[in-house]
Amino acid sequence: MENKITEIDFGILSPAEIKKMATVEITRYDLYDRDGYPIENGVMDSRLGVIDPGMRCRVCGGGVGTCFGHFGYMELARPVIHVRFVDTIYKLLRSTCEKCGRVLVDKEELKDIMNPLYDLYLAKKKKCPHCGAKQRKIKLNKPYTFTADGKKLTPLEIREWLEKIPDEDLKMLGLNGGRPEWLIITLLPIPPVTVRPSITLETGERSEDDLTHKLVDIVKINQRLRDNIMIGAPDFIIDDLWELLQYHVSTYFDNNISGIPQSRHRSGRALRTLAQRLKGKEGRFRSNLSGKRVNFSSRTVISPDPKISINEVGVPEVVAKELTVPVKVTERNLSFIKSLIRNGPNELEGANYIIRPDGRKKKITEENKDEILEEVEPGYTVERHLMNGDISVFNRQPSLHRVSMMSHKVRITPWKTFTLNPCVCAPYNADFDGDEMNLHIPQTEEAQTEAEELMLVERNIRSPRFGGPLVGCIQDQISGNYLLTKKETVLSREDAVQLLQNIGIEKKIEKDYITGKELFSYLLPDDLNVEFKSNACINCEKCDKEKCKYDLYVKIENGKLKTGVIDAKAIGREKGILIDVIEKKYGPEKAREFLDNVSRLGVDFISRHGFTIGLSDVDVPKSAKRKIEKSIEAAEKEAMELIKKFRKGDIEQFPGQTLKESLETHIMRTLRKVVEDASEAISESLGENGAVIMARSGARGSLLNLTQLAGCIGQQTIQGKRIQRGYKQRTLPHFRKGELSPRAHGFVPSSFKDGLSPFEFFFDAMNGREGLMDKSLRTRKSGYMERRLVNALQDLRVEYDGTVRDDSGMIIQFVSGEDGIDPAKSEWGSINVERIVKEEISK
Amino acid sequence: MKETTFTYEDLPLKIRESVEENFEKYKPTEAQKKRIKERVLELYKKISYEPGEAIGIVGAQSISEPATQMTMRTYHAAGAVAKQVSLGLPRLIEIVDARREPSTPIMEIRLKREYNDKENARRVARKIKETKFKDVVIEDVIDLVNSAIEFKINFEILNELNLDKESLLNILKKYVKNYKLEMEDDIIKLTSQKDVTIRDLRRMKLKVFDITIAGIKDISYVIVMKKDDEWIVTTLGSNLRKVLKIKEVDPTRVFSNDIREVEKVLGIEAARNAIINELSKTLADQSLDVDIRHLILVGDIMTCDGTIKPIGRYGVSGEKRSVLARANFETTVKHLTEAAIRGEKDRLDSIIENVIVNQVAPIGTNMCELVYKTKKRSKK
Repeated sequence: MENKITEIDFGILSPAEIKKMATVEITRYDLYDRDGYPIENGVMDSRLGVIDPGMRCRVCGGGVGTCFGHFGYMELARPVIHVRFVDTIYKLLRSTCEKCGRVLVDKEELKDIMNPLYDLYLAKKKKCPHCGAKQRKIKLNKPYTFTADGKKLTPLEIREWLEKIPDEDLKMLGLNGGRPEWLIITLLPIPPVTVRPSITLETGERSEDDLTHKLVDIVKINQRLRDNIMIGAPDFIIDDLWELLQYHVSTYFDNNISGIPQSRHRSGRALRTLAQRLKGKEGRFRSNLSGKRVNFSSRTVISPDPKISINEVGVPEVVAKELTVPVKVTERNLSFIKSLIRNGPNELEGANYIIRPDGRKKKITEENKDEILEEVEPGYTVERHLMNGDISVFNRQPSLHRVSMMSHKVRITPWKTFTLNPCVCAPYNADFDGDEMNLHIPQTEEAQTEAEELMLVERNIRSPRFGGPLVGCIQDQISGNYLLTKKETVLSREDAVQLLQNIGIEKKIEKDYITGKELFSYLLPDDLNVEFKSNACINCEKCDKEKCKYDLYVKIENGKLKTGVIDAKAIGREKGILIDVIEKKYGPEKAREFLDNVSRLGVDFISRHGFTIGLSDVDVPKSAKRKIEKSIEAAEKEAMELIKKFRKGDIEQFPGQTLKESLETHIMRTLRKVVEDASEAISESLGENGAVIMARSGARGSLLNLTQLAGCIGQQTIQGKRIQRGYKQRTLPHFRKGELSPRAHGFVPSSFKDGLSPFEFFFDAMNGREGLMDKSLRTRKSGYMERRLVNALQDLRVEYDGTVRDDSGMIIQFVSGEDGIDPAKSEWGSINVERIVKEEISK
Repeated sequence: MKETTFTYEDLPLKIRESVEENFEKYKPTEAQKKRIKERVLELYKKISYEPGEAIGIVGAQSISEPATQMTMRTYHAAGAVAKQVSLGLPRLIEIVDARREPSTPIMEIRLKREYNDKENARRVARKIKETKFKDVVIEDVIDLVNSAIEFKINFEILNELNLDKESLLNILKKYVKNYKLEMEDDIIKLTSQKDVTIRDLRRMKLKVFDITIAGIKDISYVIVMKKDDEWIVTTLGSNLRKVLKIKEVDPTRVFSNDIREVEKVLGIEAARNAIINELSKTLADQSLDVDIRHLILVGDIMTCDGTIKPIGRYGVSGEKRSVLARANFETTVKHLTEAAIRGEKDRLDSIIENVIVNQVAPIGTNMCELVYKTKKRSKK
């Protein structure tokens, strides 16, 4: 077993430790000599590690990559305060005695104090209970100057004070990281050059890292301070330099302290010092430590391929030759391995590298492949090209939920894009307007098995969010099945056999002609029994069930589709009752098979049948047009009536609203009726054409879309209200001031087909722009909410005893999800007892 | 969950009830009943959570993924009196933040059975609606000469509130100091007893205007509605403590969407239910389907230590045990320095710390901690 980190301790470095881990003392601020070599004891001393390729480390002998660098140290002429610990020092000074160093509280009192450091800081004790010394009033002038009774406390004095605090008292205050005097810096550790590498520009000039610049400043000031102390300069000069040293050391730790100016580069750019390196989205933590980079991955544009399985992904040949899978050579697969090597790196089903048993890696080329063929023997590992059936992990960002990353089986294609079955667009939220996706190839047997067993698409048909199928047919796949299973669809034997052949079902068909419903039944398992209303169902007052005159009640008896059409409700995503039932009853493999077949059948049928939409699809007869016009007229008249009444002040006022608001509500309600009327008129008058078929079957579009195309667009809104903004008291300068009429506030009576007047167009554009803004604002907000939620909940897991606990073992739930049912495996969050009972009875 | 001793009787009550219901409906034979029970038990074992399931991450994603789809449908509930409730994504964020004051506090009050009629509902509504002094004032005059303020009172409104002059004066007296209160006809006069400036008078006027003279504080609007044979009083503004004391009100069926207030008045368990209900309502409003278990988990983690903790820096995430997990979220440097002083230890127990040090995280298939040392097989 490999070594594992089990614990990380945090603490304060003591001067002794700093000296111990250092290899060199830094005393000089110049970096390189005239020949460009690092100066001894300079900030870039060569004993601090290697950054130039080809060089060897003087301390450990390692090269770039093997030597992580070594620390140095620097002795400060006068100690300074560590800015990041100012608050702690402040609290310590206020809660301990200046004379004896004891905590300003006696044993008895301490028992009642929860958080001594903080509470004593507030208490402002005047006298020490241990030695009776009077306490001076300590104040902190941000960012790092302390005063006692108005007199400045130097870091030296503070250090002496902190040294007096006994260890037991520190423990009482909850400080276990080390001695507090170590918070006053006397020795400054100099980080290895590997964390602040300099870059050589094309001109041969060296450009140093921000940290190096800062360190040079510190060494310079330190040197001046030391010199001045040596020659016995006046106090005020020394104090000034001391202050300057404090400033530089402070900005070295954090260059974003409020109250002092940022330390800047010559160009005026603020330096990126230690705290800035760690902080925030682009900082070390979030960018480098929790964001890992990987090999064996690929990214390209995606395109649809309704002919491949939902479990598959089409991988271009070029990609397949670049991505590899390691295979151990054994006696049994030797001949297969040899064929791989023979194919070489440039031919499909070849190999790129061999790895010898000692771990050495060798590239296979056209030239050396014969040699390698001789050499290879059991014990070697070969990195072979991707082949059909290999396991991959496919992902599309943003990865909002776990099904944004699923495992697919590789299928090599001659194209240049990744292809996927449109059924799996839903979980990835993908479309094909230029979307790109990532493909990863798991390398170990363990990873491959896990990916296949847990992440394969067929095992993730059911969404963990609501326990229903998330993968399902879309668009033409639905339209096709709708057309196929309509009552009047009849196919000749040849056509039927060919359709079945195309999806790989070989069945003998006896009859010369076969209905679409019969054909569809071939895809269903033999003992399937379900009944439900289809998507197009208009919810009649009394449902005639199987005798539905519109043929919208689906009944499947023993695997035979008796009545009803198959549409979005049966095979669509998020609803798909058939997918749901088959997945639960026969398992994921059968569900996958069904989906593969159904989607292929739909697409095959629709491409034979022909399907189109056109402008004439939204032609409405004169009578319907007249009806809509009348409705518009009536509504506008009613609205004007309301406005008149409002001016007189006698309209019905809603509680909680002003008179004006009530008027708006009334008008909105009146105008909403127009679209409802138009909807009705249009659904009655439009025959079954392409656009209507799509809307009815739930493949694409809705009745509202059709209404807006053919009938009337209706009221445009901004933040849920009629359009109010624009000019003083009017929306556009073409209206009278204070006009309240529907048309002056964004009511659009035209249809898209008839065309919009300039005003109408403008209102429509306002509405559209609001939608765009809202969308971009919302994604940002919900992204942050997701980050917070995931961060808060990520440590929770289900334990072996069925409880939910966090990482410290605290129980959050005694039974996971209160009843122990995993929604990702359930049927919409529960057990369908009725189904079981029915099945048992009919046995 | 996978213990062999787990029997049919150990199943959640809801499932067993559902079984009984279906027995009633379909009347199976005894033998069939036995088979059905066996199958239900078997299925339950199959669909229960497996050890190691990353229940938290799945839950968090299940809530925030649909949140991206939330539309701004402010015009929802067509026809009904437009309630100015905040909903959608802003409301969702408000709930997980556990804000002290929700942007639109709402109460839904149901009455005891014997008072369940229009008259009583109206009466209760009138009783709880807050009336401020300014609502009964028709006109106000500032008398600079006498340093006095005069208010002309609308007695019609006052009568509706069952108040008379004296009681009004008594209420005002409680709040007014350093001023003399007088009443002549329909005019209330406040005269200052000290030297005051105009500004002081104006300030005084506003202060007096804001005095609650009737009803319950903070309840600014009241709507009476009928829902399924029941009269419901819906309020804008929330004050549970006082509403629960009204005798007509059924205290077991009063709802408030102010989670902090629910916690204060009814306790942490009620607050947990309030969080779950509010989340569920907000999502259902947008017709987004999220399993209740995910919401329950959020409710549980926010209330598990007896107080309401918000999701985020100052709540759940900030109180984590692991230093690295905290540093990774927000305020990186602060958490690191604090850890150094306190000498904290990171035990690398959960996900993100192990990701940081490049180790497998103890969750899912990696939760197993058992190591089996195989004996080296001797070469044949």
